[in-house]
Amino acid sequence: MNNVVILPILIPLLTGIILIFFNKYIKVQRWISFCSTLITVLVAGYLVQTVFTDGIQTLQLGSWKAPFGIVLVADMLAAILVLTASIIVFTCLIYSFRNIGKARESYYYYAAVQFLTVGVLGAFLTGDIFNLFVFFEVMLMSSYVLIVIGGTKIQLRESIKYILVNVISSALFVIAVAYLYAVTGTVNIADLSAKISEIGQPGITTVISILFLIVFGLKGAIFPLFFWLPGSYHAPPIPITALFGALLTKVGVYAIIRTFTIIFYHDTGFTHTLIGILAGFTILVGVIGAVAHWDVKKIIIYNILTAVGVILIGVATLTPTSLAGSIYYLVHDMMIKAALFLLVGAMVVITGTSNLRKMGGLITHHPYLGWMFFIAAISLAGIPPFSGFIGKLLIVQGGLQAEHYVLVGAILLSSLLVLYSVMRIFINGFWGEAKLKKEEEKGTTNGLLFPITLLVAISVTLGIGAEWFYPYIDQAAKGLADPTIYIQAVLKE
Amino acid sequence: MEVLISIVIGILFAAATYLMLSKSLIRIIIGTGLLSHGAHLLILTMGGLKQGSAPVLVKGTEQYVDPLPQALILTAIVISFGVTAFFLVLAYRAYQELGTDNMDLLKGSDNDE
Repeated sequence: MNNVVILPILIPLLTGIILIFFNKYIKVQRWISFCSTLITVLVAGYLVQTVFTDGIQTLQLGSWKAPFGIVLVADMLAAILVLTASIIVFTCLIYSFRNIGKARESYYYYAAVQFLTVGVLGAFLTGDIFNLFVFFEVMLMSSYVLIVIGGTKIQLRESIKYILVNVISSALFVIAVAYLYAVTGTVNIADLSAKISEIGQPGITTVISILFLIVFGLKGAIFPLFFWLPGSYHAPPIPITALFGALLTKVGVYAIIRTFTIIFYHDTGFTHTLIGILAGFTILVGVIGAVAHWDVKKIIIYNILTAVGVILIGVATLTPTSLAGSIYYLVHDMMIKAALFLLVGAMVVITGTSNLRKMGGLITHHPYLGWMFFIAAISLAGIPPFSGFIGKLLIVQGGLQAEHYVLVGAILLSSLLVLYSVMRIFINGFWGEAKLKKEEEKGTTNGLLFPITLLVAISVTLGIGAEWFYPYIDQAAKGLADPTIYIQAVLKE
Repeated sequence: MEVLISIVIGILFAAATYLMLSKSLIRIIIGTGLLSHGAHLLILTMGGLKQGSAPVLVKGTEQYVDPLPQALILTAIVISFGVTAFFLVLAYRAYQELGTDNMDLLKGSDNDE
């Protein structure tokens, strides 16, 4: 029992409610949301440290014993992701102060961001599968508002598709929970795992696990279910795209990691092979899209798919090494995707277009932005001193141990193409002849550089200080590799 | 009884899928309504349809029906209410701004604003 577990959900929730009353006072809104997200980051940091020293923290809401009430569980994986997500919300929020515009700000933009945070952090912390559904809906409902806020034509058009896909996947989630309840008679994740162990994962649970893979795959954009993502993420303004790209798909990936390491891990021959194959194709689609497009936002959007594929290969391999790699890569990718979206956002602010062919020579007037983009780009591809390297290294190592040579080859080849796709932005956008004189620029980067610097600095620290972070990642991976730790922490006594 | 309800739910899902693959936006929204209807009936059925009194504590009753699926359905119903209301308003707004409810005409290239 530890009340600190609920604080990352409670703080943004209360802030969101308070912000509703101040929609006309933009300064007040900014200060309140700045303070509350900063506090959330600090609380999340404290939570990580507590879990690291004292083991898994659980909170039984209303003091009802575990399988009967809702339980919040902060194991190492959840705590790390809560910290990462709250840092990303904090930086995207600072970026929004400069970038989002008064019209959106006075129509509950900051409240919607806070509710999105509630949904994401709640989804990481919950220990109950139906409660996970509810937090998914909290997150999705806020994302519907954020994707359409402002009401431009492209946003209206794309949000219709986004909402339709998510309504269908939510209905499938409800159906999957109903089937699982019929088989096991419980909705608590730890209890589900124990019950499925008792009946030894018969065929029907494998079918349900694939249904869950489809549901979370729709949220996390894996291979045949990614079709909605490029259009939808292209529509909203950049800080919102950065939040979506860094958080929403990763919640789907987290849910896949959770269900396939704690609930459905008895019959890995079929399910995990399937995840491996789908992950391979996801990488393929991601790199093809990233190489094909000349739109800076689109290139980064397709790189989301590649990253999701790489993380899932670590899950499919299911060795402690590759799981550690997946977690490391997940944290790295959330940070670096947010940073890259904010960086291309700054480029769009300067040039007034997202078409790469119309940019050029930005480095003459914006050397700092340029070199930060360079660092973020090589970090994304996984060049040694930076954070992308260690995650991929561990996944490749795990893959070689488990003899998944094709998947390992796909990861290595994809790194090359990812590097090519982001370097093309750097070479075409920053090098060459300057197409815009200083006076002709469409906007300034004042205030946009600080949040980007913060994210890039964290990502560089993650790479250079890997020794220091690794014990945390290792503890999270151990928790995933041995589900009994989780089950015992939740169902003690 | 469960078999009969399962067949009905199957028909609902089939109708929902058919409607959601059509061109008109309003038919798609009707499809999502049928889909969530089917999903809610499915939770009720999967919880079991045994005989028993309503889950309200009354003296002298031996057997109650399972209360958990009912709570889950109630949650799912209000959530899908909220989402459907939002979707309907969005469809209305899109009809005003874009002047069509034909999904084929809502394609557009990514670059036009």
